[in-house]
Order: sequence, then C-alpha cells, then structure tokens
Amino acid sequence: MAEPVVQVEGLTKKFGDFTAVDHLSFEVQRGEVLGYLGPNGSGKTTTIRMLLGLLRPTSGRATVLGYDIARETEAIRPLIGYMCQKAALYDELTVAENLAFYAGLYHLPRGELKSRQRAVLELVGLSNRPNERAGELSTGWRQRLALAVALVHRPELLFLDEPTSGVDPAARRVFWGLIDGLAQSGVTVFVSTHYMDEAEYCGRLGIMNGGRLLALDTLAALKRDALPGPAWDVIVEPLIPALAALEQTPGVVQAGLRGDHLHALTLAGAHDAVSLRAALADRGFTAAGELADPTLEDVFMVLAGNKVESLSAGAQT
Amino acid sequence: MTMLLEATDLRKQFGAVRAVDGVSLNVAPGEAVGLVGPDGAGKTTTMRLMVGALSLDGGRVAVAGHDVTRETEAARASLGYLPQRFSLYGDLTVYENLAFFGSVRGVPRGELDARARALLGFVGLTGFEARRAEALSGGMKQKLGLAAALIHRPPLLLLDEPTGGVDPVTRQDFWQLIIRLLGEGTGVVVSTPYMDEAIRCNRLGFMYGGRVLTSGAPRELMAPLAGRILELTAAPRNTASAVCQADPDVEDVGAFGERLHLRLRPGATVGDGVTARLRAALDTAGVTVTGLRPITPSLEDAFIALLQGAQMEQEAARG
Repeated sequence: MAEPVVQVEGLTKKFGDFTAVDHLSFEVQRGEVLGYLGPNGSGKTTTIRMLLGLLRPTSGRATVLGYDIARETEAIRPLIGYMCQKAALYDELTVAENLAFYAGLYHLPRGELKSRQRAVLELVGLSNRPNERAGELSTGWRQRLALAVALVHRPELLFLDEPTSGVDPAARRVFWGLIDGLAQSGVTVFVSTHYMDEAEYCGRLGIMNGGRLLALDTLAALKRDALPGPAWDVIVEPLIPALAALEQTPGVVQAGLRGDHLHALTLAGAHDAVSLRAALADRGFTAAGELADPTLEDVFMVLAGNKVESLSAGAQT
Repeated sequence: MTMLLEATDLRKQFGAVRAVDGVSLNVAPGEAVGLVGPDGAGKTTTMRLMVGALSLDGGRVAVAGHDVTRETEAARASLGYLPQRFSLYGDLTVYENLAFFGSVRGVPRGELDARARALLGFVGLTGFEARRAEALSGGMKQKLGLAAALIHRPPLLLLDEPTGGVDPVTRQDFWQLIIRLLGEGTGVVVSTPYMDEAIRCNRLGFMYGGRVLTSGAPRELMAPLAGRILELTAAPRNTASAVCQADPDVEDVGAFGERLHLRLRPGATVGDGVTARLRAALDTAGVTVTGLRPITPSLEDAFIALLQGAQMEQEAARG
C-alpha cells in the first residue's frame, strides 16, 4: 500500500492544565475524504492546526505527505490547502485579486497564475464574477471563493475546518459536489463538520470527544458496531413531557428530539413496536413507534452524548 | 386572540437592493414561526426591522400591540432578541453579564438576583456564575445569550440562527429550552439553516429576494413532493446521475453521499412506470443498481425544490 498522506502517532496538545488533544493516532490514505466530527471544544481545530504546522504538539508525532509536522513545516505548506469557517478573504480585493494574492503567498509560478485562476473559478462557479469584490459576496459564495483560494496552488491535501457552517442546504449540497469531484481527481480531503448529514459524503469518519478519538471507521461500520440496538421514531405529543417519559422507559438507552417527533435507541431485544407503545401508554401518552434507520447522530450521541455537557463546560473554544 | 407580533408589508432598501420587499408575518402566543431561505434572502434584515434595530422604509410592526416605530420602548420591553453575533462582555462573569442586561432592560433591583439565578438554572449554567464569559464554549455562550434575551420576561422571542456552529448535543439542549418556553405561551420567531430545526416550527416562511414566497406548516411545504422523491443506489454513480438527468420525468438529481436523490416533475409519480423506465435505461448504460425506491420527502428536499423554482422564475423574469 502507498504511504499514508497523513500519519499521526500519539499526538498530544496541552494548554496549561487543559489537554486539548489526547494521544491521537490515525492514518489518512490518498484520495480519501475523512470526516472529523465532535462537539465544540473536542479538539478538532487544535488537531488541524497541529497538522498545518501552526501549533507545536506537546508530545507525539505526525507526518503530512511524508514530512514531519514539527520539523519540516516549510516543506508541507506548499502541498496543502486550508479553509476554515472564517475564511481570510480580503473584502476590498476582487475575487481574482484574492486568488492572485494567495497564489503569490504559495509561490505559484507567475506564468501559471492566469490558467489556475481560470481553472479554480470555473470549478467553484465564479467564472463570470472575477471582478466582484469579496466583501460583496453572500455567505455561500464566500465559501466557494475560500475553497478556490485554498486550491489555487494545486494542493494534494485539503484541510477544511467546518467549511459549511451557517450555509443553507442548497449551497451545502453544491459545495459537497465540489469536494466529491476533488476527491475523485485524487485530492485527499480532511474535513471537520457539525452537520451529521454531511457524514454521508465522507468515506470514513472520526469521532472526537474530550480531545480523544473515540472511533474512526466507515458510517456503515460505526452504525453496526457502536449502537446497542435498534433505533425508533416515536410520534407523540406533547414532545417534552413525552421525551422525559421515553427516557425513563426500561430498555431505552437514549432518547432525543428529531424534527417534529422523538427518536430513541433501545437495547437489542428490549422492545418491539407494541411494547414501546404500551410502555408510553402506561405513562399516559398515546404514541406510535416505528423502526427507523439509525443515523450518525445516534452513533455520535452514544459515543459522545453523556459526557458532552461537562466537556463543553470545561472547554475554551 | 391578541397577536404577539403583527408585521405588515415590511420594506427596506439598501441602495438599489430591496433587502426586504413586502414581508408580512403574525405570531400568536405559544407559536413558533421559522424563517428559512438561502443566504442573502433577507431573513436577518427582516428580524432587525421587527425589533426596531433598523428603521422601516415601509410597513408596520406591532409587538404585543405596541408600534415599534412610535412606541419603541414599550415594544422593546415586550421582546427578547438574540442576534446572530451576540455580544457578551468577555471580561465580565456569567452572572455579571446577566445582571448588566437585566439593569439595562429595567428589571427592578430587588427582583434581579432571583430572576438571574432562575434563568441560569433554566439554561443549565448554574455553577458557572463566576466564570468569565470569554472562557465559555460556543454552546454555553448561546445559552447565556438566551438567558440575557429572557431577563425581562418578554412574551415574544426573536432568534437569528441561534445554533449556528453549535454541535448536535448542544442544539438538542437549546431546543428543549425553546419548546418549554413555547409551552408557557411565549411566541418565537427563529431563522435557521438547519432543516431539522425548521421542522419543529408551527409555520415556516420560505424567503427569497426579500419576499416570503411560500409559507405554511412544514408538512404543507413537503406535501407537493409526496411520491416524487426516489432514492437510487447505483455504481458507477456519475453515469447513473447522467442517465437519470436525461429522463423526461426527472427534474433534479442530487448526490447525497453514496446515494442519489431524484425528484420527479410535478404530476409524475412513481406509479407511472418511471422506475421501470429508469431501471432499463440504467441497465443499458451498464450501471449496476442496488436500490431504487420512493422515499418520504424531507424538508431539505422541499427547500431545494422551492429554491430552484424561485431561481427559475427569476431567470424567466430577466428574459
């Protein structure tokens, strides 16, 4: 097998007493889209900042494209692209000028600038707007310009830190179409996100909590291995008292709001639709329960759910 | 029943741009009304007009019967507003921030302490009173923001993308608080990019180009898509997508991870032999189909269909 694009061993980062990233070990293969999920303050951004060479690890080691992140930062920088929630675009500069600026920063040969500008603008759908100022673009279009900026120097590896935060569903779908195309052309993508539905676009998913990597696998494997039993959609009103009743029902591992109804995980063999309905009827609720496809949110809540509140309380994001 | 919010024909123009172009919206006690739409549709401007943070070019806003323009103080006393970029005083503690907003909002001194402590309990921040606001996580800042918006007990709450950048567990907590407030009769206007949140609203307005193009209960917005969404699992996916796009009854193909979501044209339904025709065409093109089935439309499907419809109309209007 070819050498991994990212190789991480025992990577740890402490800020004072606070361990932001705690003995991470994983590998990312070429052309893979790796999703990185976790609550606020779970260490996602700190991991990315270390892999970018912006933060020095407290201990452990990592290589990116074969170069050591602590000692060979300069060699890594031209080979990777980075885009974060608050993209560093120059509002006063035009779309094309932003690209030219970053191309210079990354030492793209001058002769290639025009063709690269054309290529990335076409890729993200900004071909007919090169002279608009970045400050006048809407959030969705800014995200796309930020992606173009991250791609202008033809990186082999792309780090995206919550790239679609606050972007509407249609714009997110377009964005992920672009990422999919990049991965198919051999670019490796490391992406952190809050949106559980976006996990569908990732080959493998890492789940972070409290600075630790709790699981790293395909979505199908996570659903198979991490869940204690089947998932249920429960149609019932009123939601909040019924949620409390559902949480107290024996055999229910966890329950939560899911859109306009409730969703629950039960232990294997604990319930069928009839027994679940009867258990809620005993508590005074008329409910209909049906088997549901388990989701990544279920996996996430099982792995991270219980400890999240204490975690976010201690985190400094 | 008295409306908590009556917004009629709101208008606001920035230069040549009609940011808000005739928006009307009512909110009754205990009702949650959601604003959804693409970036730049005018959701935030609409909210800022409703709270009196921006002056109206036209139209009228009444909060609990008080006109926002003429009785600004009385109107503001009846509403709580959580803007997208909520400002806390980073150097002040959680408790001090809340006390500050309470005094600004005219909460009587004698009541302030009890009210602040009750609200901190409500939003789950008891025990964090002495923590400086800048040392809070994103989710906790949002909860403190909610507490600050509630300190003067307003009957109407306006939340502009309150859970942006907040993880799913914290979003669950936040919504449990909102649902409790609704149960007590508070009226809520909320904008959100998350469709799983939008579906919790009693009514939704879909905004585009400064106007509310469609409004109704979430189920009403999804109803026109019943029987028109198919899920296809097939390889190679790009070929499968191209074959489906060429079918006369398929109006949209969206990649959703490994699967494709096909939307059929209005009037076409699964029973019309579409699936048989698609299977045959996919087979001819050398595509292996592992699954092709109708699925229940999601609010996201509805959002995308509404947006594409609006964009097509705009194109047509431009000629």
